[in-house]
Amino acid sequence: MGSFQSLPDDHHYRNLSKKTGFSLEQIGILHNRFKQLSLNEEILRRDDFNKVQDLKDNPIRSQIVEAFFDRRNFHKDGVGSMEEIGFEEFLTVMSYFRAPALHTTEEQREVIRRAKLRFLFNMHDTDNDGTITLEEYRHVVEELLSRSGSLGKETAKGIADTAMLEVASISVGHMAPDEFYEGITFEQFLKILKGLEIETRMNIHFLNMDTTVLCK
Amino acid sequence: MWGDAVEIAAVVMVPGSQARLDSGFMETSVLTSILCSPTLASSQQQSHFRDRGGSHCGRGSCWQGFICVAAHIPARISGFLAQNQLAHRTTWSDNIVSGHQTSIMDRLKCTTFILFLMLVASLLPLGGHASPPEMGTGNGDTGHKPNYTKKAFPVLSFDYKNVRIPFEISLWVLLASLMKLGYVPPCQQPMALNNSLSPRGVGQCPEASVKLKKASDTQRLLTVPLRFHLIPRVSNIVPESCLLIVVGLLIGGLIKFVGEDPPVLSSKLFFFYLLPPIILDAGYFLPMRPFTENLGTILMFAVVGTLWNAFFIGGVLYGVCQLKGVNLENMDLLSCLLFGSVVSAVDPVAVLAVFEEIHINELLHILVFGESLLNDAVTVVLYHLFEEFSSVGSITVTDVFLGIVCFLVVSFGGIMVGAIYGILAAFTSRFTSHTRVIEPLFVFVYSYLAYLSAEVFHLSGIMALIACGAVTRPYVEANISHKSHTTIKYFLKMWSSVSETLIFIFLGVSTGGRRAQLELDLCDLYGVIGLTLVINKFRIVKLTTKDQFIIAYGGLRGAIAFSLIYLLDKDHFAMKEMFLTAIITVIFFTVFVQGMTIRPLVDLLAVKKKQETKRSINEEIHTQFLDHLLTGIEDICGHYGHHHWKDNSSDQIKAHPFLPLFRLNRFNKKYVKKCLIVGERSKEPQLIAFYHKMEFKQAIELVESGGASKLPSAMPSTVSMQNIQPKKVSQDRALPQVSKAREEEIRKILRTNLQKTRLRLRSYNRHTLVADPDDDGWDDFLIKRNRIKDLDKMSHMTHHLTVPAPPPDSPTIARARLSSDPQAWGNKPVIEDIKPVTGGIPTIKVELASPQSPESVCVVDEFKKDSNEQEDGLVMKAMSLVSKKDGTGEDDIEPQQRLQRCLSDPGPSAEEEEDEPFLP
Repeated sequence: MGSFQSLPDDHHYRNLSKKTGFSLEQIGILHNRFKQLSLNEEILRRDDFNKVQDLKDNPIRSQIVEAFFDRRNFHKDGVGSMEEIGFEEFLTVMSYFRAPALHTTEEQREVIRRAKLRFLFNMHDTDNDGTITLEEYRHVVEELLSRSGSLGKETAKGIADTAMLEVASISVGHMAPDEFYEGITFEQFLKILKGLEIETRMNIHFLNMDTTVLCK
Repeated sequence: MWGDAVEIAAVVMVPGSQARLDSGFMETSVLTSILCSPTLASSQQQSHFRDRGGSHCGRGSCWQGFICVAAHIPARISGFLAQNQLAHRTTWSDNIVSGHQTSIMDRLKCTTFILFLMLVASLLPLGGHASPPEMGTGNGDTGHKPNYTKKAFPVLSFDYKNVRIPFEISLWVLLASLMKLGYVPPCQQPMALNNSLSPRGVGQCPEASVKLKKASDTQRLLTVPLRFHLIPRVSNIVPESCLLIVVGLLIGGLIKFVGEDPPVLSSKLFFFYLLPPIILDAGYFLPMRPFTENLGTILMFAVVGTLWNAFFIGGVLYGVCQLKGVNLENMDLLSCLLFGSVVSAVDPVAVLAVFEEIHINELLHILVFGESLLNDAVTVVLYHLFEEFSSVGSITVTDVFLGIVCFLVVSFGGIMVGAIYGILAAFTSRFTSHTRVIEPLFVFVYSYLAYLSAEVFHLSGIMALIACGAVTRPYVEANISHKSHTTIKYFLKMWSSVSETLIFIFLGVSTGGRRAQLELDLCDLYGVIGLTLVINKFRIVKLTTKDQFIIAYGGLRGAIAFSLIYLLDKDHFAMKEMFLTAIITVIFFTVFVQGMTIRPLVDLLAVKKKQETKRSINEEIHTQFLDHLLTGIEDICGHYGHHHWKDNSSDQIKAHPFLPLFRLNRFNKKYVKKCLIVGERSKEPQLIAFYHKMEFKQAIELVESGGASKLPSAMPSTVSMQNIQPKKVSQDRALPQVSKAREEEIRKILRTNLQKTRLRLRSYNRHTLVADPDDDGWDDFLIKRNRIKDLDKMSHMTHHLTVPAPPPDSPTIARARLSSDPQAWGNKPVIEDIKPVTGGIPTIKVELASPQSPESVCVVDEFKKDSNEQEDGLVMKAMSLVSKKDGTGEDDIEPQQRLQRCLSDPGPSAEEEEDEPFLP
């Protein structure tokens, strides 16, 4: 508790709080963690994420780390990826995982939903052309199954193909043999994940308690 | 005595059956006449026995009569069926072949009815203990009575006493099973649901029979579900548990009417035999993910909610008792509290029974269900606490403190005991690889031991069972064979459903003839609503008011409360009888009123229901993706949240919420898994398993449904793999499209063949189980499949689907040829034709290059063609199957293919004969 109250930039926190919706307490905690990861510097590099022990076991580790450096997640029309991020960016990425407020209207939910799905979409759409192509989708599934050896690799292809086919048949319907389906657009992405209730699932319980001491 | 009983039974039952039998007057009259005959016969027998006089009139004659009934049963049935046949002007064999629904129904009803009678009959001697010894001993008496003429060696002796208890148990179980059979849950009657107001049930039978007549092949018979409605329309409104209680009430009333004491649901029977299967079933199949995700809320409900309810109800009850004019001034506070603690526990059996039927959404279900499971500890502690206090008389602060400690000990002790046994079971299952047959037994025995051991120390047996089931499952599943696992699943389901049925029937039976007394249950409702308001602060997914209401409303009470009250010592609690009545009232109120109204309420409030449709593969991918993403983000921000404690890794072993001491996943992976799981045999990742299942299901569905029209919209055949390929070549579009009729024809051929294969597969499995219990076809298949994949080079693996530039028109030509002559697949000429076409595909070159016998070429090509056909017409479910085949030696191909052919989609070929002997 005392750690963040003694911090000088209270005003800075308030700004961030307004932007991201986190409470001051949560920002304080996340800032502590940020500093822990960046070794008390103001910027965070890709290498710093390697220090997170538990992340090593994560099959989609690289994609998660990439998401922190993806400009599209910070500005509406950002392009490309950054080399290093500051705390504000870190917090912005985190804010994608905030739970929606208790009382939200239908439109607000839709906005949240779109934002969260856009984040996911950007993770898949690595070349930023607005569609998830078959290659990209395959890559996603392969990463997902990367822990299951050679079996995963081959099946991943099949799964990605099936999934792609499903998207194509749902969103386009009938296709003549000579037509070509480039990939999943964002609108189609929204459509196929309608049943997933992303706004209630893509949430993390941000604690109000500082647990950085426990982390390695 | 017996004659009277049967007469009474006949009188009582015939009006009821008249109402139930919907096939008209004929059957009823037959039944009545049938019923009369044994009555007469038995009374004759009785008088005959009385004439013989002496010691063995009472029970002996009774059982003689019983035998008479038994002897009459076949005659009755056949006579009845003869009547039935006359009425329908069909032959008996016709009846069987066409599966005439009405007759099946009537037969079943008849059986149930007879069973009912037998049960009542078997219960009669229960009260007849005072009556003189029975026939068996009577025979033995001959030695002592010299004037008694020496009897010949008894050719047929009668000794019911020997078998009485198991016989009665079996009868009860049989009754329970038949009840289960008789009840068709509403979700299985689509027609009745559409139009529940119009009288259905009877109307379905002609429909079904017409349908049957249309289907010429008898195989169809198997696919038509046996629609046996005991009470067709009622089942739409009333949950099964209510019906069972009513049946129990009827039986109880009947027994009472006959003048015997109805058997009471004794606590021992309930806690030692009926409850464990249900709880183990619940624990073993506990949906781990939603449970752990909502563990906080569930605990909150289970502990705080139950405490609150107990004290609130106890307090209010005490308050009411103190009112003037209630005549209950002698009720002390502790008794009230005791009653409150018992009544506040939501009953898992009742909750399971009702909630399974209303298909509510997962979250609500797990909340109510989890609460009902976990509040057992609270109830047990409170119960013992108050029981203890009320016998001592005074409470000190230390007692309260000790009570809290006791609660912790009881709940965590139960969990510990369960976990220990669970780990033992997992460890044992490591070594069972050579005795597959007894594998399932370990799970059951260890769990039961866990339950009993927990009960020894008055720990929470329910918690122990759940912990044991949950701990055991992931490891055991990884260790034991596929078949053993199926066995476990089926046994658990079987036991739990039968004992659930029995519990409700017994509840009804033991209620027969009690006085009723009103009890207030409303405070519970307030309690839960109040609680949810508090709870909302700690949840991510907030509960809406509707959900709160349903949770409050779903808190059904059941047999546990009844048994607990029944256990009370009569010396300390003068009010036991009143409590019993009260608890029965509460149970009946919750099960009947709430159970019956909860479905309409759920509809009315438009509470989110469970998604009926299966998840699409995209959703599955993203569910997995989300899990990893959320875990990753939590790791990055250093919070140990929900996601740390659940299954994160894509492999199988789930983290257990019961040991949240350290980072479970890594711990699990590093140590536990090594100790408890034998060897390299690991299960597929969830996503892959999902994919395989989907693949398999689609293959069967597709072929069975007989066309794209019936396919779910997820997989229409209009978009094919070509459309989504990065590079797509299609120059030869001039080829004519296959007509719908043609496609239909192909599908028909496929369908008939697949059905045959599946039949063959089934009977084949039956043989292997006898011959070689170790055989595990599916696993072998998977292992082989993996091995082949490992052996393969990447270049070979690339099927023509994934090769950037497939040869022009190969699939289309193949398809065209197929459609032009679908029958000639296995024939050489077609193969000769096909070869140049398929030869263009890189993968097939392997086969062409190597000199092979014509036979094997035939096989390969036919398979190839098969897959081609599928990709085009039926769209891509054969991809992995095809890719598997390529580039392997011939030895590998042969068995491999046969399996594939069974699993995927065989065309008719010469191989058919080879398998013929397996057909009956």
